[in-house]
Amino acid sequence: MVTKKEIKQSVVIAFWFMLLTFPIMVIKVNTIKNEVIFRWQALFWTGVGTFFASLIWNYFLRLKESKKRADIKDDVPTVHRLLNTPQFRTPFLLAVGVFFLAYPFVFPMYHTSIMISALVYVMLGLGLNIVVGLAGLLDLGYVAFYAVGAYAYALLNLHFGISFWVVLPIAAVLGAICGTLLGYPVLRLRGDYLAIVTLGFGEIIRIVLENWSEFSKGPRGIPDIPPPGLFGIELGQHATVIYIYFIVIALVLTTIFFVNRLENSRIGRAWIALRDDEIACQAMGIDKFKTKLTAFALGATWASLGGVVFAAKTSYINPMSFTIWESITILCVVVIGGMGSAIGVIAGALVLILLPEYLRAVAEYRMLVFGALQVIVMVFRPDGLIKSVRKTYKFERAEK
Amino acid sequence: MEPVLNVKNLTMNFGGLKALDDVNISVEKGQIAALIGPNGAGKTTFFNCITGIYDPTKGYVEITPPGKRPERIKGLKPNHVTEKGMSRTFQNIRLFHGMTVLENVMIGRHCRLNSGILSAMLRPGSQREEEKKVVSDSYEILEKIGLEKYVNEMAVNLPYGAQRRLEIARALATNPFILLLDEPAAGMNPQETKDLDDLIIWLRDNEDLTILLIEHDMKLVMSLSDRIHVVDYGKKIAEGTPEEVKNNPDVIKAYLGDESDDA
Repeated sequence: MVTKKEIKQSVVIAFWFMLLTFPIMVIKVNTIKNEVIFRWQALFWTGVGTFFASLIWNYFLRLKESKKRADIKDDVPTVHRLLNTPQFRTPFLLAVGVFFLAYPFVFPMYHTSIMISALVYVMLGLGLNIVVGLAGLLDLGYVAFYAVGAYAYALLNLHFGISFWVVLPIAAVLGAICGTLLGYPVLRLRGDYLAIVTLGFGEIIRIVLENWSEFSKGPRGIPDIPPPGLFGIELGQHATVIYIYFIVIALVLTTIFFVNRLENSRIGRAWIALRDDEIACQAMGIDKFKTKLTAFALGATWASLGGVVFAAKTSYINPMSFTIWESITILCVVVIGGMGSAIGVIAGALVLILLPEYLRAVAEYRMLVFGALQVIVMVFRPDGLIKSVRKTYKFERAEK
Repeated sequence: MEPVLNVKNLTMNFGGLKALDDVNISVEKGQIAALIGPNGAGKTTFFNCITGIYDPTKGYVEITPPGKRPERIKGLKPNHVTEKGMSRTFQNIRLFHGMTVLENVMIGRHCRLNSGILSAMLRPGSQREEEKKVVSDSYEILEKIGLEKYVNEMAVNLPYGAQRRLEIARALATNPFILLLDEPAAGMNPQETKDLDDLIIWLRDNEDLTILLIEHDMKLVMSLSDRIHVVDYGKKIAEGTPEEVKNNPDVIKAYLGDESDDA
């Protein structure tokens, strides 16, 4: 129940908030009529709102604490538990499958288009999850590889008329090469230093694209990038969107398939070991350098593939699509979804990308609500929406 | 008996500080040797130097894998030292906390396997075969060490004594012929220490291991070791059987202080 102390605390917080928000909530300056309006009413509602919000916040914090004490062991996320029960697994996957199959036919084109962006972020998130979530390398320049893919398609198509399907594997290889090239000098660094250098690298790529006009057409960008072809059949606008939607679905499925396999392989385990303890990892016979490089190269591969799809979908790219903000968003997808957890990252991408679109209803407060939600997730679920669960093995001998 | 680990004139300088000064230690095959000394004497630095975590300033480290010629390993990276068959545990437990107990042991097997990225993604028969073998091998090692009941537990949730044993299990998984244990009994209760004593002897006898250990528990050291090396202020001050070391005046001085100092 609510204690006296909590009420006192909430009152203090309410007053503090009233003081803090006084200039923006209360004072309104009308520059045309040269008058200042004081909206005292707003002050009152701020206070009341903050008071109750603080009470609720405390209540949930306490709930979380007591839960943590009660069952430390039973912390497997519900989704994982459900997916491991066969009666539930099949119908669940079937429902998800049907939903995504029917989606573009049920909802209008605008929604399909948003869903495509979200699915591209699923790919990017799963790729970055290898680098940040599994191998523990904080990469803030991930968007550079996204740009590599997008420009690879745009330029190869512009100059040589190469089609989407041919560019896809080329871009994957190009991404891996770029990942290795950047990784080679950078991976001697750790933690914060690595983050700063990758951040710089991401910016360099963008600035080069912006200024090297002969190569990339500069800030004007590259227009008229053709959508993927379907055996030479001409598709209408809506049909093209649906077609791209299914291509992305296929790519996402392939990504999930491969990432899942990688996670529970010799390489995947080495990544996690590297993340958990670099020195012990080396002492156990793992080549630190090679392991980091593979993580970087694979992450870049998926970013590059995502870039190709992005270019094909928007049909116009310019350097402004590849700012630091993009890297941060993808990082948020991974962290909020759950580091190292593929299901978490998928959920994170869908929530983080779809939510702002649907929050357009509350137009001007959209980003405020979005930010608040991120804070709430991090406070109440520091491991992300769906945290990672390691594979377990069964042994007959043990059960005897 | 020929030495399997031979360290000569090992010196390690950190700036002006001589953490190790001209240390010579040789460990013979099948021995349980102990490295003792007061806190800060340079014992762990010695381990870090010979396993490649530090690059020693001077000196010469040589190991002799069974049936092979002696190899110089000074300056090699830690992972190559482990590949050559010298494995270690850590004083401050360094388990991979985001992994299960079994996976921790599987990591130890890493350098004995070959499957790479492509085979992980495509899973050909050879990779599946290898993966199956890692799992069963790792489980076997856990059984030997007596941790099989924790197999799918997260490593971080294990009791303290079990974490120390898991470190040994993980080191064993790398297939070493010489095992370096850095304070394996630290923080253990008497019963756990007793079990550890049995385990170390069992490892030497049944796994053909040579063991070099750092330990502060003198009862354990005296009962276990064939040979004891004593270091103080980075210098080796004594070497011998437990009896000899116990009665060595230099050793007593290092541990209890010189009487004339107080006067």
